[in-house]
Amino acid sequence: MLRKLLIGTALATSFAFSAHAADVKEVQMLHWWTSGGEAAALNVLKQDLAKEGYAWKDVPVAGGGGDAAMTALKAMVAAGNYPTASQMLGYTVLDYAAAGVMGDLTETAKKEGWDKSVPAALQKFSVYDGKWVAAPVNVHSVNWLWINKAVMDKIGGAEPKTFDDFVALLDKAKAAGVIPLALGGQNWQEATMFDSVVLSTGGPEFYKKAMNDLDEESLKSDTMKKSFDNLAKLVTYVDPNFSGRDWNLATAMVIKGDALVQVMGDWAKGEFHAANKTPGTDFLCYRFPGTDGSVIYNSDMFGMFNVPDDRKAAQVALATATLSKSFQSAFNVVKGSVPARTDVPDTDFDACGKKGIADLKAANEGGKLFGSLAQGYGAPPAVANAYKDVVSKFVHGQIKTSDEAVTELVKAIDDAK
Amino acid sequence: MSTVAETQIKLTPEHDARPGSTVRSRLQDLLPKIVLAPSFAATIVFVYGFILWTIYLSFTNSKTFPSYAITGPRAYQRLWRWTFESDPPSSWYTSITNMGIFGFLYIAICLALGLFLAILLDQKIRGEGVLRPIYLYPMALSFIVTGVAWKWFLDPGLGLEQTLHQWGWTSFHFDWIKNKDFVIYTVVIAGVWQASGFIMAMFLAGLRGIDGEIMKAAQIDGATTFQLYRRIVIPLLRPVFLSAFIVLAHLAIKSYDLVVALTSGGPGGSAWLPSNFMYEFTFKRNEMAVGSASAVIMLMTITAIIVPYLYSELREKSR
Repeated sequence: MLRKLLIGTALATSFAFSAHAADVKEVQMLHWWTSGGEAAALNVLKQDLAKEGYAWKDVPVAGGGGDAAMTALKAMVAAGNYPTASQMLGYTVLDYAAAGVMGDLTETAKKEGWDKSVPAALQKFSVYDGKWVAAPVNVHSVNWLWINKAVMDKIGGAEPKTFDDFVALLDKAKAAGVIPLALGGQNWQEATMFDSVVLSTGGPEFYKKAMNDLDEESLKSDTMKKSFDNLAKLVTYVDPNFSGRDWNLATAMVIKGDALVQVMGDWAKGEFHAANKTPGTDFLCYRFPGTDGSVIYNSDMFGMFNVPDDRKAAQVALATATLSKSFQSAFNVVKGSVPARTDVPDTDFDACGKKGIADLKAANEGGKLFGSLAQGYGAPPAVANAYKDVVSKFVHGQIKTSDEAVTELVKAIDDAK
Repeated sequence: MSTVAETQIKLTPEHDARPGSTVRSRLQDLLPKIVLAPSFAATIVFVYGFILWTIYLSFTNSKTFPSYAITGPRAYQRLWRWTFESDPPSSWYTSITNMGIFGFLYIAICLALGLFLAILLDQKIRGEGVLRPIYLYPMALSFIVTGVAWKWFLDPGLGLEQTLHQWGWTSFHFDWIKNKDFVIYTVVIAGVWQASGFIMAMFLAGLRGIDGEIMKAAQIDGATTFQLYRRIVIPLLRPVFLSAFIVLAHLAIKSYDLVVALTSGGPGGSAWLPSNFMYEFTFKRNEMAVGSASAVIMLMTITAIIVPYLYSELREKSR
């Protein structure tokens, strides 16, 4: 009996090993880019890898979406069954790196010169303890205004340069009977807009201290109170039905001309493109008033796991292809974001994309490239969500004054640290 | 032939001398246990094992991943502090007060409505066979479907309000789903719509089980219809009330998906239930210890409801 059991186990193990051997020429990828444009953009990467003889295998995720994927990843890693790479956001990469399950791509990084081409602010999340553990795919920035040009012409507005200009513009729209500001009342959208408000109100130095360093003095300062007051001002320009609306529905309001402007990250551009709108003629993209020259970013990364040696070649091929100039350009043209390296030519990008690339380069050189707190690039998820709670409660009236808001903010962030 | 032999073996195993059949009879005794063992083991591990695991985690400092060093009841201390933060409401305060409001209204309205519909349907009316499944049908839908359908129906820009405005009743105003103070009541509406038909079916079965002789005797004694139901029928339905209560209580406590589909958390998180809190903290905020602690508190709450019920039921059985 015992002998049979031993033989069985041996057989099972040998099967497991042979299954491993089949993986060598395969890239196992966990991601949630399954919809139209994103899937098409990812196809470019699949083809690049196929040319080098590596097959692409999606790790199936039940239910789709980032949360489900992260839960699936947690289970895989806990079982010691690492994918070659996984789409990851911000602090997740660092969490996994701290748990010691990430691979090391430093050699490849040196050979390809990522240290120089990838902005330093991004390297905070792709390099852990001196080792490259992730390949950034793109850079999104959140301090954008998306404006319907027809409505803008109708009300005779011009690009707002300051927060007061912006308020005056919104007033004009209101007087013309258009919904001035399209907002989806979900906590991440409100907080994403508030990121820009803080940068506009307090300037780059203040944003960094408050939203990235979580400096308590800055968080409870009068500037922060002023930021909350400015947010409250903006919220008076939304339609009464905004609560709970999805971001793409808010974008659709701008596309259709029901609303003048949306404050949203550059993924909103994908919706304009899907509706066959052209920047400059159908819609306008401006930086959030008072934030020109600075960029609040978030970024998608491919986290690279510590796979067995025989699978490492496939991983290196994936990482190299991901950060190749051709893929960075092709992917980001579709995705609406800008390349994660600053030396990619902008020839294929539209006007907004070109501006985004130039802004990223300038912000990187001027030290004005900051992580978005709402998008989880300013602080770990616990803090980021505590921040979203406070902003959302302020927008919806559970928190009534800006004094109360800063007190709550300090308390919530302290609690979550 | 063989069945007879087996029965004899089972009845009188000690009189049987054949060694082969002793093994067989022993096997027959063991068989139910062997068949049940895997599911029993699975329950032990996946239910009770993980309950203990969750309790253990709630006393650690687990964040993204479980950590195994016990660090004390910090998670409980935070929950306890949040329990009293009502202005502005902490997420935990919102969750437990919502649980109170939702749980009470959902159970009370479902029981009342279910009983009322059952009594109406029990009047030997024509077409009962058609009406009953109509009321029962919502129970066949998942919470997600119910949530999405009601979300559209209650949305002021799409559903009821918009329609009535188009019909000319422009002063009509119903925006509970967008209102932080009322959004939890929309969850009650959707939940009641879904479950009351099922509760009706339970009561209907109970009503059909009541002996007609008792009713006739009461009527001869001059009881009015109201008295009949008040004094005789409803007291006789007590076991149905208890079963319905248990079904509704567990539906109420686990109705995470209804809140997500209907309100996506509500304005400023004002529609959260403890289950939403647990999921948010464990999986989105990487605060596994706090999530586990909230799960333990939910378990204790359920236990506080279920144990007295089981106790009273089992005591009655043994009497």
